[in-house]
Amino acid sequence: MRTAIFQAKYENLDAIREYVAQAAKDAGFDEAGIYSVQLAADEACSNIIEYAYNAVDDGEIECTCSQDGKNLVIIFRDHGCCFDPASVPEPILTGELNERHIGGLGIYLIRHLMDEVHYESLGEAGNVLTLKKHLMG
Amino acid sequence: MEITTQQYKHCDLISVKGRIDSYTAPRLGEAIESINNAGRYKIVLDLSGLEFMSSAGFRTMLMGQRNCKRYNRGEIVLASLPKRTQEALDLTGFTPLFKSFADLTSAVGNF
Repeated sequence: MRTAIFQAKYENLDAIREYVAQAAKDAGFDEAGIYSVQLAADEACSNIIEYAYNAVDDGEIECTCSQDGKNLVIIFRDHGCCFDPASVPEPILTGELNERHIGGLGIYLIRHLMDEVHYESLGEAGNVLTLKKHLMG
Repeated sequence: MEITTQQYKHCDLISVKGRIDSYTAPRLGEAIESINNAGRYKIVLDLSGLEFMSSAGFRTMLMGQRNCKRYNRGEIVLASLPKRTQEALDLTGFTPLFKSFADLTSAVGNF
């Protein structure tokens, strides 16, 4: 298990992606699997920064990576306001250019790139987002 | 992320090197906007040097495409889209919104 704390700033997305990529690599994922984990983590943290912390940059995101035997488990904890990804409506993925909605893509990607997504609100203590991806092989 | 732009006879080229995420996507948006502000709307986005793109990049491309295609005055086309980004665009249904070419020459030749 490894844990790191990142300042909740967009400029740290690079470091967060690197951090989860190393965990995915160590868990035996191939290049496509590693990329999926990186993209899901980026989308999750972008949402935390934008919605839980409203892009105010004094927040923190704690990232814990572990394995539970069957899955790579990535947990993001923040102390921002309550943000449930499940409350975000599914984006419109078909139709003409002007009918497409701009929002909701991140959550959609997370749901499709990972095998399990759990959200828990701790009230004023923040949010816990757990992402799981089945190990390969 | 590094962005370079170049004006061709029939279109403008934006080359992206590195990673497009929530932090860097606004700079791609500015590059598209500054070409549009000069009255040009035919753009090739060269992604041969792209390492990563999140949905922040997809949104930026979508907004750019809306503006470029308005009044049929142009469009954004993609060149050398990396496999991983292609897969993510497929997943989000963005693929039909952009013509995509295997290399820069054929993308520029589209205009």
